[in-house]
Amino acid sequence: MPTEHSDHILPTRIYYTIFGVLMLCTYLTVQISYFDLGAMNVVAALTIAALKATLVVLFFMHVKYSTRLTWAVVLGSVFWLGILLALTLGDYLTRAWRTFG
Amino acid sequence: MLPDAVHHPALAHHFDDLGQQKEAATLGMWVFLVTEVLFFGGLFCVYAVYRGLYASAFGAASRELDVTLGAINTGVLITSSLTMALAVHAAQTGRRTALVGFLIATMILGTIFLGIKAVEYRDKFVHHHVPGPSFVFETADVPAEMLRADPGLTRHVQIFFSLYFVMTGLHALHMIIGLGIMTWMLWWSWRGRISAEYYSPIEVSGLYWHFVDIVWIFLFPLLYLIGRHAH
Repeated sequence: MPTEHSDHILPTRIYYTIFGVLMLCTYLTVQISYFDLGAMNVVAALTIAALKATLVVLFFMHVKYSTRLTWAVVLGSVFWLGILLALTLGDYLTRAWRTFG
Repeated sequence: MLPDAVHHPALAHHFDDLGQQKEAATLGMWVFLVTEVLFFGGLFCVYAVYRGLYASAFGAASRELDVTLGAINTGVLITSSLTMALAVHAAQTGRRTALVGFLIATMILGTIFLGIKAVEYRDKFVHHHVPGPSFVFETADVPAEMLRADPGLTRHVQIFFSLYFVMTGLHALHMIIGLGIMTWMLWWSWRGRISAEYYSPIEVSGLYWHFVDIVWIFLFPLLYLIGRHAH
């Protein structure tokens, strides 16, 4: 099976741009943590972390330019992690005998 | 692609061409990384459950961590991911000197990360924040009445520090293994085994390095940041 797009070479400016965005996101998440936003502190921190992780996966790890099979495997990891977290927390969050949160 | 008669010395006989071989190597690494996601995922899940149960203890413990050092280390690791990405680029374009240079830069940054982590660990030992018989948790931040009101607090704070040491410790172990892989890749690059036609060892090592970076991208806010205002 021919694999014509396996040698996709990105221009280095993409890497420098992603690096800049990642550093900016790190600065933002630290600054946000100094404000008391209640539950939104967790939401903001995890949203920024997920954004940073997505940028690393898509560009530094070249998944954006990879085969559909690679996409399926990467999304599979997120899906199974979701099952792990959803089922476990679905149990703990719904136990009446414990105050949670 | 090259005809069979002059095939590349790095091409294994069970692959049609180097492109197919690289795809297989990348896919194999990703399958391994899926197992790593779930490996760390189990710890993140434990963290989520205990933080839900003992939010105030986790907040008090989290405020003992040094946000500045944590943020600097995040920057160091992101920079090492940049140099790693540039190393792969240098390999793709067949620039051996640049490849060697970027691999060395990545290794130096990885070592700086571990050094800063060691300073933080030392601080935890000095302040008796290592879970176990000599654990002590007294700070201005946790007044005596809070400890009286919640006798389990010291125990719950120890759960935080246990998770802190296990999660950052496993992450540091991955960094050390990463440095070993980089030493190996440095040797291959130096010897000229890596070329623009055959660079999948660098690409695949890069995937591992970036994955370890991603784990820290989540560890940093969870351990250092989100507990700053928990009551």
